[in-house]
Amino acid sequence: MNVTIVDYNSGNISSVINSFKEVAKDRVTIEVTSDLNKIKSSDKVVLPGQGSFKSCVDALNKIKGLTETLNEFAITHKKPLLGICVGLQMFADVGYEETETKGLRWISGKVSKIDNQNGKYKLPHIGWNQINIVKDSKIFKDVENNSHMYFVHSYEFIPEDKSVISATTDYSSNIVCSVEKENIFGTQFHPEKSDRIGLKIIDNFINL
Amino acid sequence: MLKNRIIPCLDVKNGRVVKGINFVDLKDAGDPVEQAKIYSDGGADEICFLDITASNENRDIIYDVVEKTSRKCFVPLTVGGGIRSVDDINKLLNFGADKVSINTAAVENSKVVEDSSKKFGSQCIVVAIDAKKNGEKWEVFTHGGRNNSGIDALEYARQMEENGAGELLVTSMDRDGTQVGYDNDLMSKISSKVNIPVIASGGVGNLDHLVDGIKLGKASAVLAASIFHYGKHSVKEAKEYLDSKGIPVRI
Repeated sequence: MNVTIVDYNSGNISSVINSFKEVAKDRVTIEVTSDLNKIKSSDKVVLPGQGSFKSCVDALNKIKGLTETLNEFAITHKKPLLGICVGLQMFADVGYEETETKGLRWISGKVSKIDNQNGKYKLPHIGWNQINIVKDSKIFKDVENNSHMYFVHSYEFIPEDKSVISATTDYSSNIVCSVEKENIFGTQFHPEKSDRIGLKIIDNFINL
Repeated sequence: MLKNRIIPCLDVKNGRVVKGINFVDLKDAGDPVEQAKIYSDGGADEICFLDITASNENRDIIYDVVEKTSRKCFVPLTVGGGIRSVDDINKLLNFGADKVSINTAAVENSKVVEDSSKKFGSQCIVVAIDAKKNGEKWEVFTHGGRNNSGIDALEYARQMEENGAGELLVTSMDRDGTQVGYDNDLMSKISSKVNIPVIASGGVGNLDHLVDGIKLGKASAVLAASIFHYGKHSVKEAKEYLDSKGIPVRI
């Protein structure tokens, strides 16, 4: 089996690469590439993302044919895909960071700034917060409810269809921090930086 | 609920830990990679390396240390010390750092903060402020505390937030190394001035000082070096103590 981490200049992905390699050991091949053919032929895809919604969408669009290839992979062929942080946010129809920007439109909804309640909540939301698992997700196998995950973000994904939500976290309001829609998975938190329990989520995704 | 973070910091010089944990079962007490692993296994919420290598020819050693650490520790790793440019930041991130902390370069040229936060995202840009009290205000020092820039620390903190810093690492020069506790007056003033998280640093001598940094200093995270050295306190002990004082921590 091989898992491809999409390298589209979306910021720093070394930690994502390190964590997947740590979990995969020798049983799974981890590819890091933006090569369309390699993405097409892989079994699973990881879509990381750091920086702003706009900068990530722009970076995806800069690589000719990449969004089409990802669409084909996740929507047409329904192969497993995991979005991390802005990678998850890009599933939305639209994001409002910097300026209004169209997303991949895989899961209806928008990405807006977290309400800081007039300075009561600091932004970015940085650090360890507990997740409240609201639906059985395959990536949460053997992950206890209220586990701590590492977050760093100022924007939140608000899906229209609440049934896609698999976990929320409490910061200003119940922020959506994990989604599962058929073969599409996403985490707002960083499993690659969430210690052993984060690596478990990566392991679950690899084992799907 | 978001937890307060405990961040052990290791001073690294020429690729070796200057002051470290002195455990008997440690194969190499000077190896930053091994020490970082002990901290992360013990529940450290993040790890911080401060590179204090003075000579230019040895500066590249830190990249190797960062690379090896990032393959073993799966909690966020912040690296500071001697960062001059966007290019330096790019290199550290590529070798596996999750965040960088910028000190002197941010004072001398705020464009470094602006450009790097645009390029890599605010989440990985920490601005380190070394402040020293002068009368009623605090002034920002550079070059490891040797030069006084004369800049007002509170105003500077606000400016850095505007320039794109994701966090501020505030060290009181008056308290650093004294083990009498953080300058919580400074911490709380800066924390209420900005909307980004503040990491308190400088002066920790016991576990109550960590509690004070959060309760009185209003810091989101507390950084300490020496109390974790030589096994005086483990990160686990610190967390249990904070928990017993009603401070939310990840246990």
